[in-house]
Amino acid sequence: MASISRAAAIVGAAESDELGYLENRKSDLQLSTEAAYNALEDAGLRKSDVDAIFAGGNTLGLAEHMGIHPRFTDSTQVGGSSFVIHAGHALAAIAAGYCEVALIVHGNNGHSRRFFGGGAGEGGGPSSPGGQFETPYGFIGAPINYAMACARYMHEFGEERCREAMSEVAVATRKWAALNPRALIHDPKAEIPLTMSFDDYHASRWICWPFHLLDCCLVTDAGGAYIVTTPERARDLKKPPIWILGAGEGHDHGMISQMPSLTSLIARETGPAAFKMAGVTHDDFDLAMIYDSFTYTVMLTLESLGFCGRGEAADFLRGQRTAPGGDFPMNTSGGGLSYTHPGAYGIFLILEAARQLWGEAGARQVPDCRLVMCHGTGGSLSSGGTAILARD
Amino acid sequence: MTQQRTPGKPLPTPTSETQFYWDKCHQHELWVRRCKDCPVTYFYPRDMCPDCFSRNTEWIQSSGRGTLHTFGIVVRPPHRGWAEDVPFVVAMVDLEEGCRMPTNLVGVEADPADPAKTIRIGMSVELAWDDRTDEVSLPVFRPA
Ligand SMILES: [Zn+2]
Repeated sequence: MASISRAAAIVGAAESDELGYLENRKSDLQLSTEAAYNALEDAGLRKSDVDAIFAGGNTLGLAEHMGIHPRFTDSTQVGGSSFVIHAGHALAAIAAGYCEVALIVHGNNGHSRRFFGGGAGEGGGPSSPGGQFETPYGFIGAPINYAMACARYMHEFGEERCREAMSEVAVATRKWAALNPRALIHDPKAEIPLTMSFDDYHASRWICWPFHLLDCCLVTDAGGAYIVTTPERARDLKKPPIWILGAGEGHDHGMISQMPSLTSLIARETGPAAFKMAGVTHDDFDLAMIYDSFTYTVMLTLESLGFCGRGEAADFLRGQRTAPGGDFPMNTSGGGLSYTHPGAYGIFLILEAARQLWGEAGARQVPDCRLVMCHGTGGSLSSGGTAILARD
Repeated sequence: MTQQRTPGKPLPTPTSETQFYWDKCHQHELWVRRCKDCPVTYFYPRDMCPDCFSRNTEWIQSSGRGTLHTFGIVVRPPHRGWAEDVPFVVAMVDLEEGCRMPTNLVGVEADPADPAKTIRIGMSVELAWDDRTDEVSLPVFRPA
């Protein structure tokens, strides 16, 4: 079978009008629609051009809200990685001729919903496996579930080395956030020092040992969207096409207690699949965008993708090499840790990759950025999606 | 009438695959499932083997002995049910029958500043019971 690498391109990408800790009761639908509007404008396309919608559930409600009647629909919801996985799905759907202009969209009032209702459901309810066997013990929310995986890593590879890797990610990511005017770090309510030190990291309060507050991502209000289309249409639009060179996806459990190994992610499979499809290798990337739900997620992703060996994240990350000026730029937006994370962050990995590839990243621009790897992790370290993006 | 001793903590709702498990817990016995067609004992309980997909599976009683696979010390309450109950220890235990289960670790000092004082991954643990209501008992573990 012929490869579908480069059979579709990203041609527009945008956030909602505003993002952060909002006080104006914006719904998921409104944040999504703002982002979709802005992404279409970015591409120079109109809503009537859209013939496919991709979202993490609720494509019915989203398409209705925007007045879109798609001929292709994909509600894949496997956690925060979904919107990276959608890039591969859109590539496949376009290559197969099912659609021509795909809208991938996500909006979530993860922060403000707690003040006006519409909260997230608690998993599958009390009769689900999680509801019976995890929730009654207080396995509730990502920080607790991910913390237990991190504690196991500390046992297998050493607590000090693990803590060192976590602190490198925590500090480097905040340095990038300080360069991004839309990052929540600029809001004092974020409780993140604008020039954060290693001491600040170690002194921050405990959420669930081994996670400090500064190991954990934000919960904000935000929307994001991007547009994928055919090579033919892409060449006629406002911006240079960003080619989808490769994609890989998978998941190996749902509940954290069912994870085969707490120190190895499905990225070990999605990475090689995407790299092979794209015809690239670890040394080729100008930028890595890696889902940072927690500092631990990032270090584990780097290992599982093969950027370093298992247990070697501390060596790989030492000396702030992922920070501005370092030789391995990573999470230049400031990430879920300090830019935005509305409950599911994956779409913002793609948005920042696109901005960098278009040279629109301002003070945080990676020079001559041509090839970017995005990797999303979702659920309880359950799902993974890798997408390789490039400009000509 | 049910006396809720710890109001607000979420409780399990059994299904046809798990009613036996929760009935046995009520009697302070821990039972897990074993496949008769492949060498797998598994948790959580479901009728078909998650490894070979055989329907030929059975309940076995656990000895209640195991080792601590991992843990976390919860400081920020995850739910109103734990508002007065932090810090506490979430954990996973490897049962000697060969499966891993989510649980709480009790009888230890939940101190995030020095977890190793009383908690070490790999340490031996034994079954204990958290009687949440008159009807619902949760299997938990303490140092053996
Ligand atoms: Zn079997």
